[in-house]
Amino acid sequence: MTAPLHEPTAEAAPSAIEEAAAVGGNAKPVQGRSLGRIAWERLKRDRLALTGGAVILALTLIALLAPVISNLVGQDPDAYHEDMIDALFGTPKGSLGGINGDHLLGVEPVNGRDIFARILYGARISLLVGFLSALVAVVLGTVFGILAGFFGGWVDAAISRVMDGLLAFPQLLFIIALVSVMPSDMLGMTGSSVRVFVMILVIGFFGWPYIGRVVRGQTLSLREREYVEAARSLGAGRFHILFKELLPNLVAPIVVYTTMMIPTNILTEAALSFLGVGVKPPTASWGQMLSNAIDYYDSDPTYMVVPGVAIFITVLAFNLFGDGVRDALDPKGSR
Amino acid sequence: MLAYLIRRLFAAAVMLVVIIMVVFGIFFLVPKWAGVDIAASFVGKQADPAAVEAVREKLGLSDPVHLQAWEFFKGIFAGRTFATGGDVVHCSAPCFGYSFKSEQAVWPVLTDRFPVTLGLALGAAVLWLVFGVAAGVLSALKRGSLWDRSAMVVALAGVSLPIYFTGMLSLATFAFGLKWFDAQYVPLGQSLGGWFGGMILPWITLAFLYAAMYARITRATMMEVLGEDYIRTARAKGLRERTVIGKHAMRSTMTPILTMLGMDLGALIGGAILTESTFNLPGLGQAVLNAIRNQDLPIILGVVLITSLSVLLANLVVDVLYAVIDPRVRLT
Repeated sequence: MTAPLHEPTAEAAPSAIEEAAAVGGNAKPVQGRSLGRIAWERLKRDRLALTGGAVILALTLIALLAPVISNLVGQDPDAYHEDMIDALFGTPKGSLGGINGDHLLGVEPVNGRDIFARILYGARISLLVGFLSALVAVVLGTVFGILAGFFGGWVDAAISRVMDGLLAFPQLLFIIALVSVMPSDMLGMTGSSVRVFVMILVIGFFGWPYIGRVVRGQTLSLREREYVEAARSLGAGRFHILFKELLPNLVAPIVVYTTMMIPTNILTEAALSFLGVGVKPPTASWGQMLSNAIDYYDSDPTYMVVPGVAIFITVLAFNLFGDGVRDALDPKGSR
Repeated sequence: MLAYLIRRLFAAAVMLVVIIMVVFGIFFLVPKWAGVDIAASFVGKQADPAAVEAVREKLGLSDPVHLQAWEFFKGIFAGRTFATGGDVVHCSAPCFGYSFKSEQAVWPVLTDRFPVTLGLALGAAVLWLVFGVAAGVLSALKRGSLWDRSAMVVALAGVSLPIYFTGMLSLATFAFGLKWFDAQYVPLGQSLGGWFGGMILPWITLAFLYAAMYARITRATMMEVLGEDYIRTARAKGLRERTVIGKHAMRSTMTPILTMLGMDLGALIGGAILTESTFNLPGLGQAVLNAIRNQDLPIILGVVLITSLSVLLANLVVDVLYAVIDPRVRLT
């Protein structure tokens, strides 16, 4: 699979300053606005991005409140409902995979677990791995990227070679291999929590070069700027220049690449669980539900469509939001 | 050019050695730190201690890691013989390891399955290049039009759908529902028509995902290129629009596309794991997945090496093609 290669689009359009002046209105005097403020104003006008953001917020709430919601509808994600299953075929009784008032999205074939409750709990795994692995990648990528760009020389050469090497690796294969050689108990954790922990680390580890390269490139050009020169001539130390002067100016590209990375990570988690090296049963995960559903695509299509659509909506929401954030933070952008 | 090629081949060889070392690290050191017995995982979960000990001795697993890696490396050229007492297994060159679980050498497994994956990857690549790049260029030229907006909506949906889900949907619709295609893999040597019929759905499914990605990148790159000065110059000197777009703009648009193609194709040739497991194609990806499920480390190791090799080679070919396509690139 390819990882995010989305470059910010450059759109030939009026500059941000002209645009800011135009938005500022005719009557009101032109006010200076911070870049963050301009970006926020642009994002607020991007309806698709806002929709994506709202869906992300809703999904986060669903994930956090999964036990509460499943209690409200009176369903446990691990409870069997064998009375819902046709004894002859092993598929749910009734139409559309057993959808009824109790089971809002039907039940699984064979054991009859409630799909709605499992989708709720699956959202926890997807978002947890998606967010935290992006966090791992951002921390590693920012630290190594800024060090490579700032110090140059052999530090840069070493870090850049490692990044190139990691990007040339067949990533999905290495992630699968690494996840599968990890032991089933470590650091006092067992079962699915080990797998989740390992997935976060491994996916994050293979993601950091994408952010690292961008941060390095930005740092290379920023460190020659006058304000860095000024800080240095005032006697600022390296630490101060790195984290107080440079880092704030790197926030925009880091935010853009992070929002682009989360949906890719969610897809990777789903793929790992689909392939059977992700979370362990009975923990619910969308990818794992799809992998079970592959045997029933003809006899019980609902079982396949529900988790598939759940992944689709989640990833689409992040992609829409990510595109919006990218356009909003792009200094050359018009929207 | 020749000097460049030699330097790149040398760099690729170094990278391959690094990859062999990393792979060895993953499979032999990580389990050690984690306290997992490798010999036991080579034999199987319910292995008796004597068998485990035999494998440990056969594979020289008590030797230091660099010695093991060297033995492995030597075996590729000279072959290897694993022997404990009267029990002798020979693995002739090129020996990429021996799977004690399935009692077969790794190399024949790789050569058996390679054509399936190669056919899948190349067929899909033709489709996604043609449709993805064409859609992206058209969108960039007709920016904001109905075509542009609908193509980009489809592309966004394409990159947001897991490939195994699109695969299952297409199986359910076209193979099971409409019965247009047979969802059964037939080897190419057996029947050309049967092979083609069995590969159409996997090709389209795989190509849909990549075409969506390529359309998005092509559109963005093309729009950026169209704003460049040399395009204005080309128009100003009175070239036909077709020449400006087709020759001048397309050349530099294709550079990042080629980079992606090199990486994607290389990775796919090493095993399109998700597609192969969805459509039940007996390629490298399925082999590695089965190996992972059985904890059959020698096979995983072999496939990882083949994949890395194909990624490296594909990247090399792409870098050489740069110079052919983009007049701004000179290889020195």
